[in-house]
Amino acid sequence: MEAYDRVRIARSNMRPTGIDYIMNIFSSFMELHGDRRYGDDGAIIGGLAYLDKNPVTVIAIEKGKDIKERTERRFGSPHPEGYRKALRLMQQAEKFFRPVVTFIDTSGAYCGVDAEERGQGQAIAENLVTMMELSVPVIAILIGEGGSGGALALAVADRVWMLENAVYSVISPEGCASILFKDISKAREAAGYLKLSAQDALQLHIVERIISEDDLGTSAFFDRLKRMISQELRILNDCETRNEDRYARFRAF
Amino acid sequence: MALSFQLKAQNELERMGRSNIPLPSGPETSCPNCHRTLKIRTLEENAHTCTCGHHFRMPARRRIAFLTDSDSFFELFAEVEANDPLAFPTYPDKLRKARSTGERESVITGYAKIHGQECCLFVMEPGFMMGSLGSGTGEKITRLFELATEKRLPVVGVTVSGGARMQEGLVSLMQMAKISGAVARHGKAGLLYLVLLSDPTTGGVTASFAMEGDIILAEPGATVGFAGARVIEQTTKEPLPVGFQTAESMLEHGFVDAIVERKRMKKTIGALLKLHKRI
Repeated sequence: MEAYDRVRIARSNMRPTGIDYIMNIFSSFMELHGDRRYGDDGAIIGGLAYLDKNPVTVIAIEKGKDIKERTERRFGSPHPEGYRKALRLMQQAEKFFRPVVTFIDTSGAYCGVDAEERGQGQAIAENLVTMMELSVPVIAILIGEGGSGGALALAVADRVWMLENAVYSVISPEGCASILFKDISKAREAAGYLKLSAQDALQLHIVERIISEDDLGTSAFFDRLKRMISQELRILNDCETRNEDRYARFRAF
Repeated sequence: MALSFQLKAQNELERMGRSNIPLPSGPETSCPNCHRTLKIRTLEENAHTCTCGHHFRMPARRRIAFLTDSDSFFELFAEVEANDPLAFPTYPDKLRKARSTGERESVITGYAKIHGQECCLFVMEPGFMMGSLGSGTGEKITRLFELATEKRLPVVGVTVSGGARMQEGLVSLMQMAKISGAVARHGKAGLLYLVLLSDPTTGGVTASFAMEGDIILAEPGATVGFAGARVIEQTTKEPLPVGFQTAESMLEHGFVDAIVERKRMKKTIGALLKLHKRI
């Protein structure tokens, strides 16, 4: 399959969105709103839930289901408030010693005048610094689009996994084509150069695991993913060198 | 001090073709703000500023000479350079062209004294792919922070960057996390990180180490932002507010500690370093 075909699959609105993962993998999800600074961003959902019998903090980028919800959630492009809400929830996770699981699906951080004026860059930067030092286990799963800094702001983790048809890239193929060829219609060609597929990311050691999509969206799929997360959190929980390992994981690039 | 000319907002300058003005190379250049013709030598004598107050972009080596005490700069990690992890087409040519500036990467790192105060210093190079963040750039800055943590020294950084280096794909993106980790450890050790935002500081650099300083200074009129102004304009289909994504706007919105004119820069940074010295 060509890279750009993956991009199209990753962007498809037929795929499960962040909330589906939360509802099917965890139980008793309680959503918590707001960044305590300015507002509440619908593009990021976060809160508390149980994984088996253990409390966890879950954070997901949500694109929305229908056109009204999609517009409200800005198609999963977070404002700075979204990243700051995630930051607040992660800091609480640390305080109460809960692991953090994030689900990422965004074409990128929201691009607009208000987002800039409220410090989009600063919000992402603060998440990177905080997540590099977070003392609790963190697993990040790219479930659709992984758009650059807007995705990385929730993907500084001990383990980063990707769905088979998810993509992860520093720039969109369209953006790359417009810089490289001054022609946005050459996005297909540009996608090939960017090495944005899960297989590419695995080879570059950007991710540790690719999750098969054979049964995407079925209860078997979510059960399988749930078992993977539980097992990995147990391993991470027992790991005494977790923070050193996370530093080394990113230091290696 | 009052400026004799009103500085135009950077996005107005951009519209007038500001971004197409190359770094000074011939004997003369013209100021994009007041349109005066300036002799390059005069410009260099005035730290690359025009009498109207416009701050030109400054090559990294000149910046270092201007900012540090004479003969105090000792370059480190000069051997680190970019590789081509994705085998990206046209990247080797781009690198070759960038290296014709004499630099091997888009940042220069080292040890220096500023007004007698010891520090680790990094300065990004606008002439090298507009200071884009490649794996070599990330490695040099990370090593500098690690060294500064070990030697218990403050870090002073001057940012100039168009953001992540597209040609290095995800490897470039990961530099943002890698540097942030080193910044976090340096900060946890109780050490100062002072960053100076110069024109332009955008994209992945703004979304990482440019915004992670304990103290964030900016040069007048510098473009500072995350998303590209043109991209925002195309997305929102509305004209951008005057002064959008300038250092002045960042100050107004609370993301910068102070705007400092270049001629006062060395003294200001020296004084801030001294204020953080443990007795």
